[in-house]
Formats: sequence, structure tokens, C-alpha cells
Amino acid sequence: MNRIHTLFKNKQERVLSIYFTAGFPKLENTVPIMEAIEAAGADIIEIGVPYSDPIADGPTIQDSNLIALENGMSLKKLFAQLEGFREKVNLPVVLMGYLNPIIQYGMEEFCKKCQELGIDGLILPDLPMHQYLEEFKELFEQYGLSNTFLISPQTSEKRIREIDEHSDGFIYMVSSHSITGAKSGISDEQKAYFKRVKDMNLKNPRLIGFGISDADTFHTASSFSNGAIIGSAFIKVLKESKNLETDIKEYIQSVIK
Amino acid sequence: MIRVDEKGFYGKFGGAYIPEMLHPNIEELKENYEQIISTEEFKTEFNSLLRDFVGRPTPLYLASRLSDKYGAKIYLKREDLCHTGAHKVNNTVGQIILAKKLGKKRIIAETGAGQHGVATATVCALMGMDCTVYMGELDIQRQRPNVERMKILGAKVVPATSGSKTLKDATNEAMRQWINNPVDTHYIIGSVVGPHPYPEMVAKFQSVISEEIKTQLKEKEGRENPDLVIACVGGGSNAAGAFYHYYNVPEVRLIAAEAAGLGISSGKSAATTVLGTMGILHGSKTLLMQTEDGQVVEPHSISAGLDYPGIGPVHAHLYDIGRGEFVAVEDEDAMKAGVELSRLEGIIPAIETSHAIHALNMIEYKRDDIIVINLSGRGDKDLDTYIKWGGY
Ligand SMILES: Cc1ncc(COP(=O)(O)O)c(C=O)c1O
Repeated sequence: MNRIHTLFKNKQERVLSIYFTAGFPKLENTVPIMEAIEAAGADIIEIGVPYSDPIADGPTIQDSNLIALENGMSLKKLFAQLEGFREKVNLPVVLMGYLNPIIQYGMEEFCKKCQELGIDGLILPDLPMHQYLEEFKELFEQYGLSNTFLISPQTSEKRIREIDEHSDGFIYMVSSHSITGAKSGISDEQKAYFKRVKDMNLKNPRLIGFGISDADTFHTASSFSNGAIIGSAFIKVLKESKNLETDIKEYIQSVIK
Repeated sequence: MIRVDEKGFYGKFGGAYIPEMLHPNIEELKENYEQIISTEEFKTEFNSLLRDFVGRPTPLYLASRLSDKYGAKIYLKREDLCHTGAHKVNNTVGQIILAKKLGKKRIIAETGAGQHGVATATVCALMGMDCTVYMGELDIQRQRPNVERMKILGAKVVPATSGSKTLKDATNEAMRQWINNPVDTHYIIGSVVGPHPYPEMVAKFQSVISEEIKTQLKEKEGRENPDLVIACVGGGSNAAGAFYHYYNVPEVRLIAAEAAGLGISSGKSAATTVLGTMGILHGSKTLLMQTEDGQVVEPHSISAGLDYPGIGPVHAHLYDIGRGEFVAVEDEDAMKAGVELSRLEGIIPAIETSHAIHALNMIEYKRDDIIVINLSGRGDKDLDTYIKWGGY
């Protein structure tokens, strides 16, 4: 069984997913960061595949993408680093990346490689649903990869239902009209949107992301969903860290406490 | 038949590869734009602004001395005489009326050379709409006069500081800001690029160019169809406009001039059809300059308006099926062609446009052929570049 499904079978509350960009801050940090995230008590690891033109990302993740690329990160390099990681890491692992680098690698080869390595799911923010259904759904299923779609406050109820129908794993709720980036606090308007979606009783679990940065925002978001995703705030921790292992542990524990 | 299909594809190219956050905006546009622009009300407003504000129809001018030199009958379609100095304003006039009808309050746009930014700031001033233009930090330095023009017109110019700090990054930034302001804001894209329905919508607004060429050529030559149409291609909006009504007229050759920069194999080029491969950028599948790993490569051209790593999906398709003939013109040759046109015809062209002029040296044609070159813009904005180059 796919590790994402197993996770949500056993845990429906306060699921914490941590995003980081592969190859940042240093090229060879990938697997050590994953081990530290697991040791610190998070539930899902999202590895960002760096891209030169990340249009859904704010300055923090743009920078981490750029630095990762300067460090020499690529999909090929990432896959080489992930060779054998399942001996060290048990958490569900999701790759998050823009479509172009994956298409250049070859979608089928990519899916096959993900399965071989033990990757559980994909988040491809610029892959629209209809394109997924037409071109890639069968491949994802063939290689046992769960696919996560995003929704935002603008997404209509009808479309949320469609997305729910075609998702498998979890739904990524973008917390506001926004690109990624840590903001402070969660507004009443956002809470109303969280509640509206919660009350739709979707079949897939929901994780809330974009703007989640600390214990307060994590627990507030989690009270309307199955948990939350932290990206930019975690990247900032990595950027300033002198000792990745201890800083990652301290930060994640401060969030889930 | 060259036309966009329901899903927004021209053959293999096009589509709408956008984050879900933009889905409602793109849907809103897709569902409404064709209906809105086909109303009499829209057409009346659009056509009267094109006539009285932009100064259309622009002349189709027989360039006799240029014709003598090249041994063909060469007409220039004078888009340089449009208000604000280039074809870009045809599109911004169309989109601002559309934005108003969609109930939008704010406009955002990207710009490279600043021509599209100025054309957008201009129509926003005309309509009293709030306007923010994203422009690469590097381009802000290179194109100072256009930055000041936008400011005089009341627009806010925001530097794009990510990546290479040029047009591609300004486009990324405009898309991000659209994600951040999805409800009250319309994004006026400046070329036939971006997610469907933008490429076709922008082409439709620019298609007035070939519509006029047909009528004007009929008057002057007794025939609607020239033998060749030549235009430069950055994203490809002036070319799409000049080709539009000839796409499906096979006897009209369509010549697209790309920027070769310092040379195709110099590593400093923007010749997308030569150097590009199929990829996805700014929401559409097209030909794209990229590394083997799928990272977008920084282009180079002496003309900021052609300094873009992709081309509109319709041009990728024209190239793919062999309907368009593509030539790649180097910086130096374009500059010389600009001077040549200045001295033969008394017209200083934009450097983008000069690429189309030089194409005359790179293609075969017959002595009695009628050639229309789309003179997309005037050279005022490029004086600094002419001066720095100095070869006149
Ligand atoms: C005069 C002129 N011609 C051509 C272009 C290139 O754009 P496009 O290929 O969309 O016509 C520009 C862009 O700034 C321009 O200013």
C-alpha cells in the first residue's frame, strides 16, 4: 500500500508535511535533510525539484530554486542521490515540481524511476487536471504514484468536487489568493474558506499550505483540516542554519508541540 | 487549416499549463472573451479607438528606394506610425475594453523593451484604470526613457529582481501578482504567448494589420495577396497580426525573422526555432530554449523586444509544419539594416523591426514579387542602443 494512504489511515489530525528544495542549501543535503525531518517527528516529506521559472512561488522558494540550480541540482542528480534512501527514511515522500523538467526527462521514465526509488506521490502545480486525465493518469496509476491537486479560495465547489474525485492521496488547499511565502497569522476570511471546504465532506484528506510558519498557524490550519504543509518558513530555517540536524529538529518540534 | 482548437492548441503547441490558482481567471477569460469581442458594442468602441486614438489604418507604403536596391516591390506596413510607436497598442486597446467589460479595476502587465508597458500605461490612462507594470531590473536600466514614459502616464513600474531580471522574469512576476490578485485584476499579456486563450486573443487584436494590408494592397495592386510577408518574432504578436489573414492562403509565403544575437552558436542568441525544443513556459507548450534538464536558458538579443527564450505556440506550429520560413538575424546585421532603411527611406526603425528588414538578404524571391514587411515599430526608443553601437 502506498505510504500516503497508510499514513492517513492511521492519522487524520495534525499531519505535518515539510517541503524543501532539493540541492539547497548545499547540493548534497538532500537525504540528510529527509532523515532529520523524519527524526524530528513530521509526517510527510515533500521534495521540491528546482526550476528556473517557478511561477507559483514567492521570493524565498524562488531563491532556494536558483541556489539549488547553481549548486548543480537536476532531476538526474536528485534521482542519483535518492538511490537507496528507503533504507534510511520511512515517511511518505512526495516530489513537487514544475512540469517542464519532468517532461524533458520523460514522463514515463520519471514515473518508473519514482516507483523504483520508493516515492509515493507527486504534486505538479502547473499540470492542469484535464491534461492529467488525458495524458498522465494511467501512467501515475501504473507506477503507484498518488497525485495531488491544488485548490484555492477561488476554486468553485463544482471544481473542488471534480478534483476530489480525481485525487488520490490528499488535496492541497492553498490558504489564500497567493503564491508561496510565510505570512503572519490566518484571517477570518481564510477560516471561512477552510470551514466551507471542510463542510463539503470530501473523500480525500486535506492539507493546508502556503503561509503556514509556526505552531500557531499550524494548529489553527489543522483545526479545519487534516494537517498542514510548511515550505517557505522551513527554507528560511535551512538558509540560516549552522547545524542542519539540530536546527531542523528544534524548528519542527516547535511547530508540533 | 491553421487555427486554434477548443483546447487551445495549434497542432502540438499551446494549451493552458497553469497553476490551479489561475484556473478561475483563465476560465473567466476563455468563457467570455469571444462573446464580448463579437458584440457590436465592443467592435464599435475598438474600431473607433483604433481610428481616432491609435491613428489607424496605418499606411501601406511603397518603399521605392528599398525596392530598387533589393529588386522586388517592397511595401512597408507602417505600424511605427501607431500612437506610442509600435503595434503593441492594437492589443492593449482591445484588452483594456475587454477588462472593463469583465468588471476589472486594475491592470497588470509585463514588459521587456518597455513598448508594451508604455502601450498598457497609455490605455490605462485613457480609461482611468490603475496600472502596474513589471519589468526586469536589467531592462529598467537599459530602457530608461520608456520607464519614465510609463511613470508620466501614471503607471507604477515594479522591478522584477528574480532570475535573469529581464522579460522572462517580468512575465513570471506578473503571473505571480495575478495569482495574488485574482478577482479585481486583469493581466494584459503583451504578445501571443501565455496560456490559452491569450495567444489567440492577442493575435485577433493584432489581426487588424493583415486585414488592412489586404484592403490596401487591393487598392494599390489590384490583388489582396502579396507574395511574401516578413515580420520579426519575439513572442510573435506583430508577426501573428501580419500573417493572420494569410495563414490559410498557401501562395503567400510567411517569413519570420528571429534574433540570432551574437550568432546561433555563440551561446548568446534568441533564435528559438533553431535552438529550442518542445517545452512549457508561461503556461503554454511551445518551442523553448532550455537545457537538457529542462531549465530555461537565458536568451540574448540586442533588441530587448526579441530577448525572449520562447515563441508563441502558433509560430512553433507554423515552423513545425513548414508553413512559416524562419531566418535568424544577428545583432550586427540588424543594426546595419536599421541604418540602411533610415538612409533609403527616411525611417529609423525599432531594432526589433530591423531584423525583419535584414531578412531580405537571407531569403530567395523573384524580381516581380510583392513583399510586405511589417514595420512593427519606430526607433526612437532605441537611440541609446544605436549610439552605443555607433556604426553609422
Ligand atoms: C517594435 C517592436 N517590434 C517587435 C516586438 C516583439 O514583439 P512581438 O514578437 O510580440 O511582435 C517588440 C516588443 O517589444 C517591439 O517593440
